[in-house]
Amino acid sequence: MSEPRIMLTGMAINEAMDIAMTLDPKVFLLGEDIAEPSGGVYKVTKGLSEKHGLHRVRKTPISEQAIVGAAIGAAIAGYRPVAEIMMMDFLAVCLDQVTNHAAKIRYMSGGQTTVPMVIRTSAGAGMGFGAQHSAMLETFAVHSPGMKVAVPSTPADAKGLLLTAIFDDDPVLFVEQMMMYWDKSYAGEVPAGDVRVPFGKAAIRREGADVTLISYGRQVHDCAAAAELLAADGVSCEVIDLRTLVPWDEAAVMQSVGRTSRAVVVHEAVTRCGFGAELSSRIHEELFGQLSAPVQRVGSANTPVPYASNLEADFIPTVADIVAAVQRTQG
Amino acid sequence: MSDVERPDAPDRDTLLQMFEIQSRIKLCDERFRSMLMSGQIRLIYYSPRGQECISAGWGVHLRQSDYVVTIYRGLHDHLAKGVPLRELWAEFLGRATGTCKGKGGPMHVTHPESGLMVTTGIVGAGIPIANGFGLAAQLSGTDQVTVVNFGDGASNIGAFHEGMNLAAVWKLPVIFVCQNNLYGEHTPMSMSTGVEYISERAAAYGMPGVTVDGNDPIATWKVMGEAVERARSGGGPTLVEARTYRFWGHLMGDAMEYMDKAERKAAMAADPVVLYRAWLIDNGHATEAALVEIEEQVTAAIDDAVEFALNSPQPDASELYTDVFGDESAAMLNGASR
Repeated sequence: MSEPRIMLTGMAINEAMDIAMTLDPKVFLLGEDIAEPSGGVYKVTKGLSEKHGLHRVRKTPISEQAIVGAAIGAAIAGYRPVAEIMMMDFLAVCLDQVTNHAAKIRYMSGGQTTVPMVIRTSAGAGMGFGAQHSAMLETFAVHSPGMKVAVPSTPADAKGLLLTAIFDDDPVLFVEQMMMYWDKSYAGEVPAGDVRVPFGKAAIRREGADVTLISYGRQVHDCAAAAELLAADGVSCEVIDLRTLVPWDEAAVMQSVGRTSRAVVVHEAVTRCGFGAELSSRIHEELFGQLSAPVQRVGSANTPVPYASNLEADFIPTVADIVAAVQRTQG
Repeated sequence: MSDVERPDAPDRDTLLQMFEIQSRIKLCDERFRSMLMSGQIRLIYYSPRGQECISAGWGVHLRQSDYVVTIYRGLHDHLAKGVPLRELWAEFLGRATGTCKGKGGPMHVTHPESGLMVTTGIVGAGIPIANGFGLAAQLSGTDQVTVVNFGDGASNIGAFHEGMNLAAVWKLPVIFVCQNNLYGEHTPMSMSTGVEYISERAAAYGMPGVTVDGNDPIATWKVMGEAVERARSGGGPTLVEARTYRFWGHLMGDAMEYMDKAERKAAMAADPVVLYRAWLIDNGHATEAALVEIEEQVTAAIDDAVEFALNSPQPDASELYTDVFGDESAAMLNGASR
């Protein structure tokens, strides 16, 4: 037996792109600062331009509309571009290309043209970057029919979901929470080679009987921590990691909540109209009579992301917030 | 179009090919407007009347495998790239037999078989996307070129700046065709734009820029040919500003109060298609009878297309839910069918 391959999230994402480019000459990357010597501002594309060439790992001007537009055109013409939008907040700069073009082109063309592209973007608070470099805006894409959305929580999923995204024939928004890139506490085993994780298949991270915690991305780890604390109090939590929001695994969620009769939805995006609102609504529509308590939502404060470290820590949902939400479903 | 012979004119076949394209556009437009006015059809319609020579000018230089991107005022560009009349009419009328199964409409006509890749309803948004087609050709090592059409208004939106700059930096085989009809929606260019000629902006990106009289089919043909050749041979992008006039305002139903009546009257009196037709005859490139024959053939093809479209069904109700994703299982819509 060989040693398990323990990797950091940033390395796993890098490996996915390396494998995809090796497998398929139609895959290329474009974005700001992604080539050597920088290898991306977070080093996630480190080494790829040396290995695959500057024509396939393309540094762009600071022009988000031009980046996403070029990716869309090349995708329609048969390529599989992976565009990097350095910070998710910058999606707002190119949202027209995402929501009006990438998302709608298959439909508007009656299926004649497709946009097999990925937009990778760094996101999330906790880095001390303030309001315009920290937001979680995945619902921008969720609310744009035609876009798929993935938010990985582990290095293995980051690699496997990104490989699926790159070889998917639809546009995918791939959300990478910055806090996870190089933090060893998020390290994990990653299978070697072209191992893909399918979209729309949730992972049950912890089995439990009393309440279902539904989350995605980094907050899955907080849910697991909360579940551990609650177990000591005799509350058994099931933790579901959605992995992808479009499509999302309704069957797994309904099956679990149907059994536990209680649900808490958790994400880093601000609570109001966050993806948790959709989850909560669907659970109520499907399981109203079987619920023992209203579905609880845990998300960030309905504010811009603050700068001061104490305020930023208060902005992001905490393990304590999740425990409190679970307790509201009890009794 | 003067009544004198033009030594810079292309060969006779090309001249007649341009006339055929112009006639298609003019006659299609006239049919759309008459059917709209008589209430036979209802649709959102942006007349390209007056701008025929520009599309014909690049149309004759392009191959089927070249790419074209255009905007909501795009009928002339669709026809110049060879989108078939039947499917085009059916799409405009929202029928199942349309280019996009009736799901795109006039603002989103797509027909990859003809190389008509994107029609966008968003001003300027086609420019960055055209770069993607250019990049694909460059990466593949083909000599395909991309023509992206937009109006003077689009030159004031951010996507224009980002797209032009990237095309210049990457030397992409893209021809940026600004069909300057002097109005952005209801606002004259003089109130929206700080330069006299849009082509001046090319210098800011380090690419060639040229202004041409877009109502002069020979001059337009020549300028387009140079730009296409530059792109095809690896010389990079060009910004072509083709000056013209839109006869029917922004959108059918537009009262056009913001347009100067005398200016519009003069522009319509100098109808570029009518003048070109007369020039062809006066200079012996075609007989009246030959041009009438072309016009009659076009009219017959339009008659056929209109009948085809009117007799075609609307898309099946199930089409509402298809073509959102490649995977059409119900799970992709997450039970949100209602």
